[in-house]
Formats: sequence, C-alpha cells, structure tokens
Amino acid sequence: MSGTTLRAWLLTDTPASRRQAAWGRTYRGWLLLRRNKLAMAGLVTTMVLIVASLAAPLITPYSPSAQDLADRLAPPTAAHWFGTDELGRDLYTRVVYGGRITLGMVVAVVVLVAPAGLLIGSFAGYLGGVVDKALMRITDVFLAFPRLILALAFVAALKPGITSAVFAIALTSWPAYARLARADTLTIRDSDYIAAVRLTGAGAGRIVLRHIVPLCLSSVIVRVTLDMSGIILTAAGLGFLGMGAQPPTAEWGTMIASARGYILQQWWVPTIPGMAILIASLAFNLFGDGMRDVLDPKQR
Amino acid sequence: MMRRLRQITGTAASVPVTLFGLILVTFLIGRVMPIDPVIAIVGDHAPPDVIARVRTELGLDRPLIVQFGIYLARLLHGNLGNSVMTTHPVTQDIATYFPATFELATTAIILALVIGIPLGVIAAARQGSRFDHAVRVVSLAGQSIPVFVLGLIFLLIFYVKLGIAPGTGQVDVVYDGMVNRITGMLVVDAAIEGQWDVFWNALGHLVLPAIILAYFSLAYITRMTRAFMLDALAGEYIVTARAKGLSGTAILWRHAFGNIAVPLITVIALAYAGLLEGAVLTETVFSWPGIGLYLTVSLLNADMNAVLGATMVIGFVYVGLNLLADIAYRLLDPRVR
Repeated sequence: MSGTTLRAWLLTDTPASRRQAAWGRTYRGWLLLRRNKLAMAGLVTTMVLIVASLAAPLITPYSPSAQDLADRLAPPTAAHWFGTDELGRDLYTRVVYGGRITLGMVVAVVVLVAPAGLLIGSFAGYLGGVVDKALMRITDVFLAFPRLILALAFVAALKPGITSAVFAIALTSWPAYARLARADTLTIRDSDYIAAVRLTGAGAGRIVLRHIVPLCLSSVIVRVTLDMSGIILTAAGLGFLGMGAQPPTAEWGTMIASARGYILQQWWVPTIPGMAILIASLAFNLFGDGMRDVLDPKQR
Repeated sequence: MMRRLRQITGTAASVPVTLFGLILVTFLIGRVMPIDPVIAIVGDHAPPDVIARVRTELGLDRPLIVQFGIYLARLLHGNLGNSVMTTHPVTQDIATYFPATFELATTAIILALVIGIPLGVIAAARQGSRFDHAVRVVSLAGQSIPVFVLGLIFLLIFYVKLGIAPGTGQVDVVYDGMVNRITGMLVVDAAIEGQWDVFWNALGHLVLPAIILAYFSLAYITRMTRAFMLDALAGEYIVTARAKGLSGTAILWRHAFGNIAVPLITVIALAYAGLLEGAVLTETVFSWPGIGLYLTVSLLNADMNAVLGATMVIGFVYVGLNLLADIAYRLLDPRVR
C-alpha cells in the first residue's frame, strides 16, 4: 500500500472494520500531537533518553565504576566530556548509566501501579456498595500523606535501596489511578450498552475487563505520562536523601547527594546529574501535556 | 443551608476514618522496621535479662493488636514516644521545629499566589500567544526541576558567585539565640521584640528557600488558574459583558476571575499541602530547622519514634488542609449541592 492510499485508508469517514476505525483514531491523534511542537520535543527527547539508556555500554568510553583518583574532579575535557567526579569516575558515563536506573525505576513503578490501580478502581466503581466504600477509604489513607513523605517512611521500614524505593513509590502511587479509573467507571456503568452486555448474561468480571477497562485506558495513559516526571523526581529525591539507590550506584539523585560538597569549587559535578533529572522530567511533562490535549480534549 | 451543613458534616465524618488508617499505617511501618526498638534504647551490649525486661515494659511481647491499642492510647494522651537523637519527647521536638516550616511554607505560598495567579489569568486571556507558551514552559519547568537541584544552583549563584544572598540556616550564627521564642517563627519573633537587625537578617535567609518553594507551587497554581479562566471566559455571561461594552480589564478580573475564585481556593489549599513535600528537600538543602529537616535527620539516624511521629503529623496537617479545601468549596460555591 502506498503512502497516500494508506493515509486515505486511515482517514476515511466510513471505516469498514473495527480495526480500521481504531487505527484511524490513533492516526488522527498522532496528527494532532505532531502539530504540538513542545510535545514533539518532549517525545523526541524521551526517545533519545531511552535509546541512550539501552545502548549505554556502546556509547560510553569508560565503566561507570572505573575510578581514576589521579584525575579526580577534572573539568570537562575531550577525554571526559562532563568532567570527572570525586573518585575520578567519568561523569558522562555515569549520567548515561544513571538514565538506565531512573528509567528502569519508572518502568517498574508504572508496571506495578497502572494495572493494579485500573483494576481496583474499575471493580470498585462497577460493584459499588461496601466494596467501593472500603476500597475508597483505603485510597483516602494513602492519599493522606504527601508522596515523598510516605515513600520515605516505607523505605525506612524496608531498607534503603532501589527495590525498596520502587515498591515505596508504587505503594504511594496506585490510589490516584484507582480514583481515576473509578470516576470513569461511574460514568460508564449505567450506560445502555453495559446494560445490553449484562442482558446477554455477562458476569461482572467480563463486563469490567472487556467493556469498562478499555474505556478507562486513555485517561490512565495520560495520567501515566504526566506521572512519570513525578516518579523521576520522587526517585531522585529519595536518592538525594540517602534512602534510594545507594552509592556507588550511578543514580542521578544519589550522585548529587555525594557530590553536594563540591558545589562551591567543582560546580559541574553535582549540577550535571541535576540537569539530567530536569531534562528527563521536563521531556515527560511536555509529552504528557501534549498527550492530554490529544486524548482528553475537554481538559485543555 | 441545612443541607449544605449536613454535607459538610458528612465530609468531616470521613476524616476520623482516614486519620485512623493513617495511624494504623504508621504503626505497621514502625513494626516491620529492621531496627529493634529495644536494642535502640538499651544498646546492643545490654545483658539478656535487661533486654527482656525492656521488651515487656514496652509491651513488645504482646499480640500486635494489643500493641496497636497501647500505641493508640498513648497517642490520645499526646505521647509519640521519645526521640533517641534529641532525648526529648517527639511531640516537643515537633512543636519546636514545626513553626519554621510554617513560616517558610506560608511565605512561599504568598509569593506563589502573587505571581502565579496574574500569570495564569493573562495567559488565559491571551491563549495561544507567545506569552501563553512562555508561561506554559516556565510552569512545566517548575514541575520538572527537583527542588534540591534548584536549591543548590541558587546557592551557587546568589550566595557563592554573587554574594548577595546569605547562606544556609534560619539566621547568621552571630544572631543565634538572641531572640526569645514566642511563636517559633524567627522573623515574626524578631519583629515582635523589635530586634530589627535580627529581623532583616532572618528575612534575608528566608528569601532563597521561599522563592524555590514558591516556584514549586507556582507551576501548579498558574496552570490551574489558566485552565479555570479558559473555562470562565467561554461562558455566555462574558459575551454579554462584552456586548455591554465593558473594558477588557473589567471583564477579565471582575467577571471571569470573580467566578473562578472558589475553585482557586481549593487549588491553593492543595498547593499549600503540597509544599510540605517540597519543604523536606528544601530544608535539607538550606539546613532550615523545620519539620522536614527533623524528619530526614531522624531517618538517617534510624530514630524511628521521631520519623513516625513527624510522618504522622505531616499526614494530619495534609488531611486537615484537604478538608479545609473541601469545606470552603462547599460553603462558597452555590452550585455544589
């Protein structure tokens, strides 16, 4: 199929199949997103970060843990693009490897949180009654703490480290998704087509999983993209406070914490990982902002 | 009015349940700790019979549910246990540290409102303009930069390079302890006592951390103001106001802004609650003696009573502010029935 016919197939007003309609909708969304320059900048930056993290060993000249005490705290040069840190480790290498850890944590949290929140929220909304009340009271409790504070307390209880940080952030993140999915479910629950599905004899599980969850997806996706920067910031905050990834792991927040003392003379050592956090989190925010415009036009 | 009152009582009634859950969560966190509270008190060289006795005294040999009962009963008497680090009761410590956080957060929220609301209103009035895009980028950057990075950069520029801002802490060391503690907020206490040297010095110390925290919530306030204003400006009464020939400013501020004041109150309360989170990191960077610094120092010293106490108090304040936002919304907005 050539480019123009593909385009016509996607943009037709009379799709012949469900698949064509779905692809057409996605394509229209993409066209809308492409017009938003800031969102595209965010998307491209995110892609670059992901590729760089995956290809870290190929694009870095050193090992992230290789020390060179003779050349410590060196300013940026051709040999060390971003200079070296307090143990003579190459900062460029460590920042790239840090992306692996940060993005890995983000993915881990999202994989844990989004499906759980989605299922809890839509079942609570659909079943209503005692189940709904009980589940929503539980989300209330978790929403009653600022995220970083609760994560700090959890990590302190578990044991500082990346795994604990991921679980702590996940534990503090799921209620927002549950609330969102529940609100969407409440608006869908009483619609005619759900009643029709029920008349055909479908049980609650089938109705929720096949007919409600897909419709809650778009708002959850928007929330996920916007939440990613929050997860990055919380992870970095935990690392900075010494409760996330532990040295010598090259995690951005941890790197800033251990290089904090050099801000006066060798300002680039703590500032460069700081910039990395800013760029990653800004990219996700810009992209998420654009996604919201596409998927949720009423919230513009 | 009666119906609204009943709704408010309904909202308020859910709060005890939330607070109970909050206490339960902190209690459970405290129980799964890898640190043995008995060892933390008697030290790891204590003879076994002493350890056993202290364990019984603390009620740690009883079933978990009984322990929770004891914990709850002590809590109702305002007893959060003693801090190992400061040796004071945790409640006393929190009373000492909380005013500094209050001072910082309040200054920050005022700054954020004074700057953020006009930015949001103007951005909405000129939707799609360069100004609107600039505001969007500035506020997204505010949501994206970690407060501790911004804090370090500000310290580097304004304290180290330019030398126009004082360093960390609440006041210069020479002024330490010169003002009697009245409210616990140094700027206020200095003003009450008429010690203007201390006042100006403390105010200077407040500026940088307050600006950083303000930027943190400014982003949120600006975005919400813009969104509300866009909604309001699309209303038919705005068309009417324009048809009447009212000036742009009058329409913008009296008619449109007047209608978004109520939802904005909710946003402000939530932003204020959000500052508690930013305060933890900002206080760490600026050695600001508030509850956030207390929490992080306690964490690093594995001082569990202090950590759980501070976490719980922050949770309580957070819930309180959310409740306040809810009540204000219900009281002031006639459309909420």
